Amino acid sequence: MRLRLNQKNIPILATIAVFLIIYAIGGFMYSGFFSLRVFVNLFIDNAFIGIIAIGMTFVIISGEIDLSVGSVVALVGVLLATLVHDHGMHPMLAIPICLALGAVLGCAMGCLIHFFQLPSFLVTLVGMFLARGLAFLLSLNSIPIKHPFFESLVDFGFQVTRKVWVPSIAMVFVAIFALGVFLSHFTKFGRNAYAIGGNEQSAVLMGLPVGRTKIYIFTLNGLLCALAGVVYSLYTMSGYPLACVGLELDVIAAVVIGGTLLTGGVGYVEGTLIGVLILGLIQTFITFQGTLSSWWTKIVVGVLLFVFILLQRYLSTAYSGGDVGTAKQNAQDDGRTATE
Amino acid sequence: MSLKPSFLQNEATAKLIWPLVALSAIIIFNILFTPGFFHIEIKDGHLFGSLIDILNRGAPVMLVSIGMTLVFATGGVDLSVGAVIAISGAIAAHLIRPDYVKGVIEYGELTPLFQVIAIPLIVSLAAGLWNGVLVAYVGVQPIIATLILMVAGRGIAQLVTEGQILVFIHEPFQYIGGGFLFGIPFPIILVLVALAATYLLTRRTALGLFIEAIGANPKASLYMGIRAKVIKVAVYMFCALCAGIAGLIICSDIKAADANNAGLFLELDAIAAVIIGGTMWGGRFTVAGSIIGALIIQSLTTTILTRGIAPEITLVFKAVVIICVALIQSETFRNILAGRLMKKEAGK
Repeated sequence: MRLRLNQKNIPILATIAVFLIIYAIGGFMYSGFFSLRVFVNLFIDNAFIGIIAIGMTFVIISGEIDLSVGSVVALVGVLLATLVHDHGMHPMLAIPICLALGAVLGCAMGCLIHFFQLPSFLVTLVGMFLARGLAFLLSLNSIPIKHPFFESLVDFGFQVTRKVWVPSIAMVFVAIFALGVFLSHFTKFGRNAYAIGGNEQSAVLMGLPVGRTKIYIFTLNGLLCALAGVVYSLYTMSGYPLACVGLELDVIAAVVIGGTLLTGGVGYVEGTLIGVLILGLIQTFITFQGTLSSWWTKIVVGVLLFVFILLQRYLSTAYSGGDVGTAKQNAQDDGRTATE
Repeated sequence: MSLKPSFLQNEATAKLIWPLVALSAIIIFNILFTPGFFHIEIKDGHLFGSLIDILNRGAPVMLVSIGMTLVFATGGVDLSVGAVIAISGAIAAHLIRPDYVKGVIEYGELTPLFQVIAIPLIVSLAAGLWNGVLVAYVGVQPIIATLILMVAGRGIAQLVTEGQILVFIHEPFQYIGGGFLFGIPFPIILVLVALAATYLLTRRTALGLFIEAIGANPKASLYMGIRAKVIKVAVYMFCALCAGIAGLIICSDIKAADANNAGLFLELDAIAAVIIGGTMWGGRFTVAGSIIGALIIQSLTTTILTRGIAPEITLVFKAVVIICVALIQSETFRNILAGRLMKKEAGK
């Protein structure tokens, strides 16, 4: 992929700049911030966010949105914990069941959105509450997951240096990232997603399988959410129905900060990775600072998302002759985007 | 031919028929199967009973859905109402016991009631201003614009309470959530006032028409000279104000500010109420429908609770109800249904 300095690439360059600035400030202020261990930890602590964010990138590129991600992670975590802990099921069986559940949920939402032309925001909002409700039905408490196989999954990994350990969940994240890059740049599926997001009507007229691609995208996203749920339970060794409330914002922020336009059609999975790393850096920063509380993360992420949205809006109006779907921007100015 | 259309021919009232039927069905079910459901008694000059309880408990959702209806009519949505509820409650409780977050247990001098009510509402209006400016002037999709406040707002509420649950005793303030006026619970009075104000503003002035025009056809409304941006900002501010009042009711009712849980998941209730009530994105809206929608949601919840079904199931139940209603309103779905029915008839 050739990077040209056109309007498309400015958000992603801004993303890289922000990442470097936060990283440099952190390194300047705290000793040990620049260590390889802190860097690897970014991939461990944010593996589950990263995996969803890659699915969400495809959803947003196709011009849709998915608000159900946090709840699906919680549902999968609780289901996995219930199956393994209460029913004594082997994780080798329980994990595929969880993944299938995520894919089915995603597929169902995709079908509702495509066949009945319901707004994706409404359908996934309902999905968000359905998944959360189902998680509450399964259990109201945090359930620990104790199983030899599960523990061996957690312990699986390799040593880089004496202090740095790369566990399985970080490897899963990197593998999914590679898959996302492959899907977006080298497959018909990826090209269709961009085309739908750019201009859905043109995509239909060109004879692209719009409906099928949309359903695939939501199924993929649901599957990745379920995978993230499994990774999250590996990370916390438990399932909790109130886990990940508000995760939607983090994920959407990661995607938007990564340079993907909310109007669809423009964006890179690579940018999303950096977006996730920026969120991770903010978290690390707050941890290193020690005096700031966890709610600051939410506020900072909100502010950062706001800044990047402003940047995108500025860029898309400043270069109105640019190749960002001008018609879509006009539609947005009309304020009818929620209906579309 | 009479100039006044009859009740059923009037489009606005005809829309209310199905929500009213659904509400009646739930109430009839309860009259038949829940003993004492219809029983209303007067204790110490105050009204009590299941029906009054539904109205009372449903007051926050009803208030928020009034605001949400107008936001829907402009073609937007406000996901931040739950967070605004949390912020408003957190500020009110913080004003009552400013030193509590520092670990001081004794009550200091009580802040005047006027300030305890006014400051949270002003902050709520500011939150609405933020949403409205993002949507109308910056041009961010309403979902994303309000999602920022939905999550970051809860962070702000936690910042105010420093992550604690602020408990308090403040007799005059507790009146908002637990008091009675003319024997009627005060939250119901607040809903009635908000409803009357909204009705007068939108149906007795041209404002309602402007809102519908913006939602139905933004471009045409622009050519008509409607100041769409200003009206949009005002609508988001109004919605946040409704949420702020709801926050005061909830905070005063439980005598505490819980930044994590106050108004959590209330967005869905409000959105469900609006959609059940017959308002879809952009254009025609009916505030009365939303109120009936909110009553349907609340009586469903009460029914589930009184029947001894696990309260956890309400979220699932609501999700199923809202998707069914959305499907029924989807033209494709209706066509499919109609197609099936016609085929069946042809088969006969």
